Amino acid sequence: MKKEVLKVLSNEKLTETIFEMRLSGSSPMLPGQFVELLIPGFSLRRPFSVAEYDKGILTIIYKVMGRGTEEMTTIKKNTKIDTLTGLGRGFSLSGSEHPLLIGGGIGIAPLIYLARVLYEREKSVKILLCGRCNNDLIKQEEIGKYGEVFFATDDGSCGFKGNALEAAQSLFKQTDHYYACGPMPMLKALATNNKKGELSLEAHMGCGFGACMGCSIQTTDGPKRVCKEGPVFQAGEVIF
Amino acid sequence: METEKISLGTQLFGYQLDNPIIPASGTFGFGYEFADYYDINILGSISLKGTTKEARYGNPLPRIAECPSGMINAIGLQNPGVERVRTEELSKLKRYYSKKVIANVGGHSFEEYVYVSSAFNDSESVLAVELNVSCPNVKGGGLVFGNDPEVLGRLVKEVKKSCTKPLIVKLSPNVKDISEMAISAESNGADGISAINTLLGMRIDLKTRKPVISVGKGGYSGKGVFPVAVKMVNDIFKAVSIPIIGMGGISSSYDVIEMMMAGARCVMVGTANLIDPYACKEIIEELPITMKKLGICNLSEIVGCASI
Repeated sequence: MKKEVLKVLSNEKLTETIFEMRLSGSSPMLPGQFVELLIPGFSLRRPFSVAEYDKGILTIIYKVMGRGTEEMTTIKKNTKIDTLTGLGRGFSLSGSEHPLLIGGGIGIAPLIYLARVLYEREKSVKILLCGRCNNDLIKQEEIGKYGEVFFATDDGSCGFKGNALEAAQSLFKQTDHYYACGPMPMLKALATNNKKGELSLEAHMGCGFGACMGCSIQTTDGPKRVCKEGPVFQAGEVIF
Repeated sequence: METEKISLGTQLFGYQLDNPIIPASGTFGFGYEFADYYDINILGSISLKGTTKEARYGNPLPRIAECPSGMINAIGLQNPGVERVRTEELSKLKRYYSKKVIANVGGHSFEEYVYVSSAFNDSESVLAVELNVSCPNVKGGGLVFGNDPEVLGRLVKEVKKSCTKPLIVKLSPNVKDISEMAISAESNGADGISAINTLLGMRIDLKTRKPVISVGKGGYSGKGVFPVAVKMVNDIFKAVSIPIIGMGGISSSYDVIEMMMAGARCVMVGTANLIDPYACKEIIEELPITMKKLGICNLSEIVGCASI
């Protein structure tokens, strides 16, 4: 973990509720790790997964969920933000030749960086993007550079009509390990069905670096902190 | 006055502390996790996570709610249980921290408090036991131990019978008269007071129309409670003569000095650590500079000086 002052390079709208912010000055981070931004006017930091990291430039993708994220949409270029970088334990990067990345809605964010790194390590990457409708399936083109992309929407407006678990069945047969990030019901369904994978969880956090126990979840190996032992957990260890 | 002549040293129960800065219980784990971020040996002491007899998972999530100038927590005393703390956690900490620490004890019955407090009798690295009396007496109708001066007095007396370490009583501000609590603690044998614990608070999620925190209410802490803490520490200072460790919203060296002028011999820094992991380090580094600006050579000269 490092405490660093990052500079906003851009803050762009992707959809009505989803924005992408790029910041410079960050130390290196691994896929699956996250950062915590201190937003002026708000007491606690906000955690965001690393959607991309390259040569000091961090990209986060955030959804407007409350007043803090709403405030973030007004942040202008060149603004300096007090940030904790390098938080949490990321995804495993070896041991799988045919990985399947499953992203639900905003959960697609950390999988973009993961997809690129696995692709660069010459893994045969398959990606399943899920959402309620076509609009939820953000960053399709970018992630498509790193592997074959499949879609699943609840309303059938794009790709397979159905949920992540239903869409993943045929893909599980073609892959040896999965990485999932998205709403808890999606993660629970996947983990109950298939233990050969890892999940990136989110939780309401206090400090974000393991000091307060605000984000402790139950696992088969005792209580673990989403911010410290996680956010990536083995599919079989999380007790939902 | 050069900063070299400024002394941060202070004494607690006959033990010399390098400085009066102590991370508050529940905001610093068992200490060693912070060793990755800076050399924790700079800290005057450390108050460990609240420990109970059995291991506790704590409350369902969410346990945290943001507030203006602070936060509410309802962690629920998650801890690995006194046996593990006494053996594993203390020895892990010893690898990174050479000074004595304060063991924080929680309980839900008289027996539990007595058991857990005495468990540290032979722990060489424990300087004192800090009693968290803001827990409900589960066997006594669920009333909080620290809310009734008579119950509090009895608890302190019971614990003092078998606990051989100096006993600090951590008082709750959610009472009618905190001086009354302090007097009851002192007259029943407490060796020190720490104050204040968190203020009861609640936040509601406007979208779900329900409390943010899973169990409804929690403890409010952070900069917003600072003036309340200063006033209460001063009340306690005027009521008792045992040493006081002041806490509640401290986030800068200025706050440390203000709390000491109110009556604190040492201070605990809590919520500030959660927003800035380097908070205690920065406060310790700033303190001599701030003291020089204010013409303070030695911290003992200002303890309680603001009392009227």
